[in-house]
Amino acid sequence: METDVLKKVPVREQDPKVRAHNFDEVCLGYNEEEAKCEASRCLTCKNARCIQGCPVSIDIPAFVEKVKTGEFEEAIRIINKASSLPAVCGRVCPQEKQCESMCIRGIKGEAVSIGKLERFVADWARENGIKPTAPAGKKDKKVAVIGSGPAGLTCAGELAKMGYDVTIFEALHEPGGVLVYGIPEFRLPKQNVVFPEIENVKALGVKIETNVIIGKSTTIDELMETEGFDAVFIGSGAGLPKFMGIPGESANGVFSANEYLTRSNLMKAFDDSYDTPIRPGKKVAVIGAGNVAMDAARTALRLGADVTVVYRRSEKELSARQEEIHHAKEEGIKFNLLTNPTEILVDENGWVKGMKCIRMELGEPDESGRRSPIPIEGSEFETEFDTVIMALGTSPNPLISSTTKGLEVNKRKCIVAEEEFGRTSKEGVFAGGDAVTGAATVILAMGAGKAAAKGIDEYLKA
Amino acid sequence: MYKILKAKMLAENIYLMDVEARRVADSCLPGQFVIVKIDEKGERIPLTICDYNRETGTVTIVFQTVGASTKRMAMLKEGDSFRDFVGPLGQPSELCSQPVDELKKKKILFVAGGVGTAPVYPQVKWLKENGVDADVIVGSKTQSLLILEKEMEAVAGNLYVTTDDGSYKRKGMVTEVIKDLVQVQGNKYDLCIAIGPMIMMKFVCLLTKELSLPTVVSLNPIMVDGTGMCGACRVLVDGQVKFACVDGPEFDGHKVDFDLAMKRQQLYKTEEGRAYLKAQEGDTHNGGCGNCN
Repeated sequence: METDVLKKVPVREQDPKVRAHNFDEVCLGYNEEEAKCEASRCLTCKNARCIQGCPVSIDIPAFVEKVKTGEFEEAIRIINKASSLPAVCGRVCPQEKQCESMCIRGIKGEAVSIGKLERFVADWARENGIKPTAPAGKKDKKVAVIGSGPAGLTCAGELAKMGYDVTIFEALHEPGGVLVYGIPEFRLPKQNVVFPEIENVKALGVKIETNVIIGKSTTIDELMETEGFDAVFIGSGAGLPKFMGIPGESANGVFSANEYLTRSNLMKAFDDSYDTPIRPGKKVAVIGAGNVAMDAARTALRLGADVTVVYRRSEKELSARQEEIHHAKEEGIKFNLLTNPTEILVDENGWVKGMKCIRMELGEPDESGRRSPIPIEGSEFETEFDTVIMALGTSPNPLISSTTKGLEVNKRKCIVAEEEFGRTSKEGVFAGGDAVTGAATVILAMGAGKAAAKGIDEYLKA
Repeated sequence: MYKILKAKMLAENIYLMDVEARRVADSCLPGQFVIVKIDEKGERIPLTICDYNRETGTVTIVFQTVGASTKRMAMLKEGDSFRDFVGPLGQPSELCSQPVDELKKKKILFVAGGVGTAPVYPQVKWLKENGVDADVIVGSKTQSLLILEKEMEAVAGNLYVTTDDGSYKRKGMVTEVIKDLVQVQGNKYDLCIAIGPMIMMKFVCLLTKELSLPTVVSLNPIMVDGTGMCGACRVLVDGQVKFACVDGPEFDGHKVDFDLAMKRQQLYKTEEGRAYLKAQEGDTHNGGCGNCN
C-alpha cells in the first residue's frame, strides 16, 4: 500500500447518496492493511503528547505500535487497561480536539488517525471474541452506580477491575444511556458496537438493574441505609431538554431532539417491526448546531424529510464536530445560518405550518468567547415547515439531587463534585459526567467516571 | 421480567392486571403512574397505578386497548410477564401529603369517567384507610363498560353511578350529577378530583369553576420516558409549560389548557386510536390530527 506519510490513510465511508436513505453506519473503518499502514505513520514519541490529550490516558504509542506489528490482541489489552469502551470512543470522541490535536505528525501534515485505529482494534477484538476477564480477588464492598451511560459504565468497569461488587441502576429499559437513546445507529451501531461493549463491562462482574429510577423507585439514602451500598457514583447525565420559550412551541410537530432521537434510537421507530410511532415530517427545521442537532437532522433526513438546520450564529461557531457537519452537508442537509426563530406558526388544528425567523449579525464576543448574535431589525421572514426539532442543549435532571439529603447542586442544577476524585458534598457519594458538567462529551464523562472510581477506591480503603 | 399474577377483562377492551414489581409496590403512592413495555418491540405505555400491595409486592394496572401495544398486552395471561415495568413516576396525589386531621374536615368529591375509574380507586381507598369518607361519581358510556363498581362501593362514602345512555342507574353525564348534588341537594364540597377522558375533565372543570369548587385533574398525555427527558408530555397550566410526567400528573384543573392538551393527544394516534378518541369525545371531537373530522 502506497502512502503519503503526511496524510492519513483515508477511511472508507458509505456513499452519501446511499446512506441518506439507510441507518447503517456511515464510516466503514480500516481493514488490517489500512490500519497497519496508518499505524506506521506514528513517530512513537518518547514524550507522547497524545496521551496527555486523552481524558482516560490510553497509552496511545504503545497500542499503535502493536497495530503496526499486527499484534492486535496485545493492542486491545493496552487500550483496555485505560478504557472500557474503545469501540464507542473510536467512533464518537472528538479526537481532533484531543489526542490527535497533540500529535507531532500533525505539525507538518495530518495527525495520526488515532481514533480510527482505536476503533479498528476494538472491532477486531470483538470479531475475534476477545473479552476482558473478571478479576480474581474480590473486595467485600458494594458500590451502586446510577446511570449506565459512558460515565457510569466506565466507573463501574474500573471498580469491578479493582474487585468491588458493583451494581448499575438504569432508569430506562435498556442500558447505555446517551449511547443508546441519543447517538444514532448510523454513527454508533447498537447491536454490533454498544451492546457488546456493555457485555464486556458485565463480563468484569458488573450487575445492571434496568427500570430503576433513583429518586422515585428508591433513593440514594435508601441504597446506602437499607441495601448495604458502601459508596455511590452518580452518572445520571443531563437529560432535560430545553425549549426556546417562543409562541407556538406547544404545537403538534414541535419536538425536543431528545424525544425525536429517543423514539428513533432507543425505541427503534425507524424499524417497522417496532410499535413505536414517529412523525418524521416532510419539511423539518432543526434548531441548534451541536452534535445533537446534527444527529437529529441526519435522522430526519433518513426518515425521508427535507431538512434545514437553523442556527443563530455563523459557520465558524457551529459547535458540532467538523466530521459531523461535513457528513451532514454531504448528505444534503441545508444550513440556514445567522437566523433565529421568533415564532412557530400553527394551523387551526394545532399543527406546525411554518416558522417566523429573524436574521442575525454577530457582535462582540460574549462570556462563551463566541461572538454574540444580534437580531437585525425588520429582517423577519416566514418559511414553511411541518416539523421543528429543538436541539438547544440539555441540563441535568433534578430527580436525584432533590431526593438526596445533603447533596449540593449549583444554580444550573449540576451536582457539585471535585474534579480530581468526583467527591460530592455527601459522604460516600461521588459524581461525574454530564450530571456534574452539564451536557458535554462521551469521553469527558468517561474520564470523570474513571477519576471517581479512584476516589471511591481511596474512600473505601480508608 | 415482571410477572403477571392476575389478569382479567373488566369490560370490553378494558383489562386489569396484578403485576409483580417489588420496587414500585414498595414506594408508590396514589396518584402516581408506571410505564410498562410488553416486549422488546412494544411501546412504553404510561398507566396510572390502580392499586398496590406492599406485602405481596404487586401493583395493579388497568388499561384500555387503544393501539398496537395495548392490544398485544390484552392477550397476556396469568403467568406471563412484562419485559419492563418502571415507576412510580410523577408526584403522588396532594392528598397524601396533607395531615389526616385536615382531610377529615374536608368534604371531597371524586369524579371518575370510564377507565379513569381505575386511578380514582386508590385515592378513595387511601382516604377510607385514613378514616375519610369521600363521595364518588362514576360515569360510563353504558352499563357493560362500567368497571370496578363493587370495589368502589366498598371504599366510597356515597357512590353515584351514571351512564350516558341510561342503561344502568342514573342517565346522563357526570356533570349533571355534580349539578344535582351541589345545586339541587345542596351538598357542600371543598375539593373535587376528576379523572377521566380529557373532554370529561374539561367540562367538569368548566362547571366546578362556576361552582367555585377547587378541582384537581390527572393528565395522561403522550410521553416516552416518564422522567422529564423527552418533553412530549408538555402541557400548559396557568400559561406555564409543565411536564406532566414530573410536575404532574395531577394539576389544578381550572388552570389547565384542555384544548391544547386534547390537540396534543392526537399526535401519534393510529387509525384505531383516532376512532377510539372520536367515539369517546362524541360531538365534541375536534379532530386535531387533521385526518379526521
